[in-house]
Amino acid sequence: MGKVASSEEISSLFRDGMSVMVGGFLAVGTPASLVGMLLAKGVKDLTLIANDTAFTDSGVGPLVVNRRLKKAIVSHIGTNAETGRQMMAGELEVDLVPQGTLAERIRAAGAGLGGILTPTGVGTIVEEGKQKLTIDGREYILELPLRADIALLKAHKVDKAGNLIYRKAARNFNPVMALAADIVIVEAEQLVEVGEIDPDEVMTPGILVDKIFYGGGAPHAS
Amino acid sequence: MPAKLDAKEIIARRAALELHDGDVINLGIGLPTLIPDYLPPGIRIFLQSENGFIGLGPLVGEPDPDLTNAGGKPAGILPDGAFFDSLMSFTLIRGGHVDATVLGGLQVDEKGNLANWMVPGKIIPGMGGAMDLVAGAKHVIVAMEHAAKDGSPKILTTCNLPLTGKGVVSLIITELAVIRVTAEGLVLEEIGPGATVEEVQAKTEAKLRVSENLATMKGIPV
Repeated sequence: MGKVASSEEISSLFRDGMSVMVGGFLAVGTPASLVGMLLAKGVKDLTLIANDTAFTDSGVGPLVVNRRLKKAIVSHIGTNAETGRQMMAGELEVDLVPQGTLAERIRAAGAGLGGILTPTGVGTIVEEGKQKLTIDGREYILELPLRADIALLKAHKVDKAGNLIYRKAARNFNPVMALAADIVIVEAEQLVEVGEIDPDEVMTPGILVDKIFYGGGAPHAS
Repeated sequence: MPAKLDAKEIIARRAALELHDGDVINLGIGLPTLIPDYLPPGIRIFLQSENGFIGLGPLVGEPDPDLTNAGGKPAGILPDGAFFDSLMSFTLIRGGHVDATVLGGLQVDEKGNLANWMVPGKIIPGMGGAMDLVAGAKHVIVAMEHAAKDGSPKILTTCNLPLTGKGVVSLIITELAVIRVTAEGLVLEEIGPGATVEEVQAKTEAKLRVSENLATMKGIPV
């Protein structure tokens, strides 16, 4: 079954109230075309799971500015003033999660684990309401798995089986998010035939990818 | 006597002496990013960038949209560097593979507690990777100006802002002093150029114990 999908086919998967994981770190490695489709479809009350809310005009930031979110589960909002404004005004629920904990919670969901124990946040407001365990004399917080209905990822080179290669610092949260959503959609900067990516070079195996979007834009410098 | 050094340069020069050849270091945004400029000759460190690589270096040539530092600014990578995803990045950070992190601070207290991620009701950028860094790096060095802009002390008996980490700071470097966090409280080890013990104590809320080996600040040209 072909994984390469049109924007119409991908847009038909978006629903109000969905939870959406989006790869990227301050817009680097964020699938701009897929975020654009989400905006164009007009779906609302989304729960966003991402490293940050990027900038008002790039990355996942426009989802905040255009009020498509009910909740944001992120590690950082400082570069998008609108997120902070909506949070202070009580218009948007923001769950701030330490970055490493966010990555491990997503991994736990994708790896069949019931949670993770981390020292991050012990003695801070992050531990409030959470179970703590002491192991070999050190305190850890039990953090629970985090998954989503859909993951929107970006990769540099993608074959038609969905095998992914990322480029430079655009990798960030993309590989882990490929593990933890019911539907995984990747935006390809380059789309190649099966066999053109050496299996040794694959960073995310294609079995994790459901849909591929290739806009056919100018190939990225490599 | 040379022109008076500004506070940031004094702090960066002194902090550079805490980094050792071969160390893996994560530098917070702002003042800590000045530190590599003052590394002593022959000292080579490996800078970790939590958005997903080691070998962070200056931008060479044209900016690459896929290569930024953790503050989202165009960056470079050294020839022996390596890219990885957020899971590996925070595995390195939490797993004790980072020798030291140098961060700015809003408040530090005599128990080594650090507050640097939010001011309730005013600014809530999120913790990003800071909570993982202070929980996982072998040494947490706070490099900051000694007092707030309004003159109020930042080195306190007890932090009153929400903590980034509990009991995590090992050394505080300001333009006036080098202060070590010990089980017995804060120990004043070095005095900045032109400063006196009385002045440092007056600008510090926590009670300082003066080291028997009190010295003038190392690494500052006179």
